[in-house]
Amino acid sequence: MAWFRKDKKPLKAEDRRDVPTDVFDKCKGCGEILYRERLAQNLNVCPTCGYHLRIGAHAYISILMDAGSFEEFDADLRAADPLGFSDLKDYPTRIAAAEAKGKNEGLLSGTGTLEGIDVVLAVMDFDFIGGSMGSVVGEKIARAGLVALKKKIPFMIVSASGGARMQEGIYSLMQMAKTSTVLARIHDEGLPFISILTHPTTGGVTASYAMLGDVNLAEPGALIGFAGPRVIEETIKQELPQGFQRAEFLQEHGMVDRVVDRRELKAMVGTILRHQFAGWSD
Amino acid sequence: MHLDFERDIVEIQEQIDKLLDLADRRGIDVSDEVTVLRSKLQDLKEKTYANLTPMEQVQVARHSQRPYTLDYVARVFTDWVELHGDRGYRDDEAIVGGWARLGGRSVMIIGQQKGRDMKENLRRNFGMPHPEGYRKALRLMQQAEKFGRPVISFIDTPGAYPGLGSEERGIGEAIAFNLREMSRLKVPIVSVVIGEGMSGGALGIGVTDRILMLEHSIYSVISPEGCAAILWRSAEHKEKAANALKLTAKDLHAIGICDEIVPEPRGGAHEDWDAAADVLQEALDRTVSELEKLTVKKLLAQRWAKYEAIGAWRDS
Repeated sequence: MAWFRKDKKPLKAEDRRDVPTDVFDKCKGCGEILYRERLAQNLNVCPTCGYHLRIGAHAYISILMDAGSFEEFDADLRAADPLGFSDLKDYPTRIAAAEAKGKNEGLLSGTGTLEGIDVVLAVMDFDFIGGSMGSVVGEKIARAGLVALKKKIPFMIVSASGGARMQEGIYSLMQMAKTSTVLARIHDEGLPFISILTHPTTGGVTASYAMLGDVNLAEPGALIGFAGPRVIEETIKQELPQGFQRAEFLQEHGMVDRVVDRRELKAMVGTILRHQFAGWSD
Repeated sequence: MHLDFERDIVEIQEQIDKLLDLADRRGIDVSDEVTVLRSKLQDLKEKTYANLTPMEQVQVARHSQRPYTLDYVARVFTDWVELHGDRGYRDDEAIVGGWARLGGRSVMIIGQQKGRDMKENLRRNFGMPHPEGYRKALRLMQQAEKFGRPVISFIDTPGAYPGLGSEERGIGEAIAFNLREMSRLKVPIVSVVIGEGMSGGALGIGVTDRILMLEHSIYSVISPEGCAAILWRSAEHKEKAANALKLTAKDLHAIGICDEIVPEPRGGAHEDWDAAADVLQEALDRTVSELEKLTVKKLLAQRWAKYEAIGAWRDS
């Protein structure tokens, strides 16, 4: 039995008393109070109900890549303000505020190994301006894809996005075309592309690379759609059915290949890549 | 129908009509006065349409009397044969497609189609396609590829339809797949934005070797109303959003996204459909001719380079 499947008993009521606030989290799924350290060991999946808490780009890298194998590239690309955009705040101020939180422009990319298989991995970060796709996200994905093409190795993207970065206007829209163009070349070269959709993946990201995997995998409960639920409700003037646009709904409707528990994600991707491309060593 | 910024234009037109009516009824010669007014009218139209604000451009791009895809098809091409359906679910009438002839060659036409009245709009869903519309478009583009014919795509949509069926049948996947497949289609593809090109719904038939825009058309990642609702927290700020988004043909040409602006008749394409079609015909024929000279390898390399170059960032 894998370490992460070890029996974990739910916390008893007496354990919860007088717990300092910085060492526990409340599960958004079942309301259970969970020790943060224990939760992290469980990859931020609630041991009681299986709810997948949102995690950052670095966490996905440590989950998916073999320890110490990941080498980031293009870390120095930062957002520009090509349109001189200003709404209630100007765009450079928004960028500076997001950068001050120490986040890397919405996406981390690099090479590493997954169960010994060389891959290029790009992971979106929802915490940077809602994981919105601007020029930097598009450029980093394009460059990462070109590295996969050059090295002839598989490409993987973990998506989490609210959609287009409106402050970059048409540049933002065109990143959908740019990334899809690179994926076309990867496809023609016979290289695997695995798309992993996490909560939430919406808008232009869903309508470009996130849906273009040879295999699309989604985390349980992830919201995945083109239009956001609120926009749809406003358009059709009715409430959306329970579970609409959730990962399970997408599998049922044929849009994702599998809903995969985060704790099984790496092993699943490894198996798929060996079937498709890397072969078996035994 | 006239737009609010056309009030002065309408007033002069009314004066002319009154004079002519007077002349008719009383037999007075008003030709001098009419000549003066007509010249004034032309000047005013020219001046007004040369200085539209971005939000006024949006209004012209959405004008209910503006020519739509099939209006251009009837005027620019011959031997039109419409083809229907995605072979999977149904025929989405928000996107039309089929064979036609341009300058002696056969081309495949794809285009978003708005309705002229309420009845037609219900059928065409106001030009907002469902997934099957994008799948029909791709089926036809791949047919063009099979026979080595160029593709011409007419963009005119408020966006892909945000509804239950649309999401259930994978609107995101349908658009994404078109983006990827258009980028590797082995024949020339030209798109022309004739009205409004909104968001991924427009781009879903818009990954092309050349992007032409009619003078008063717009192309944007989001509508000014949608952008204002999110960033200004109220759609009332749509004019600010329209300014900020840089969505006019002129703005997009300046940053190299739009390859060519196709001039419209004075007062906009809705004033003279035939004249608008004539100018467009020349531009399309010339653009397709240029692309036909390229080898497939060169064509694809140029297309990839075009899209891979789009973006703005800092290295630091």
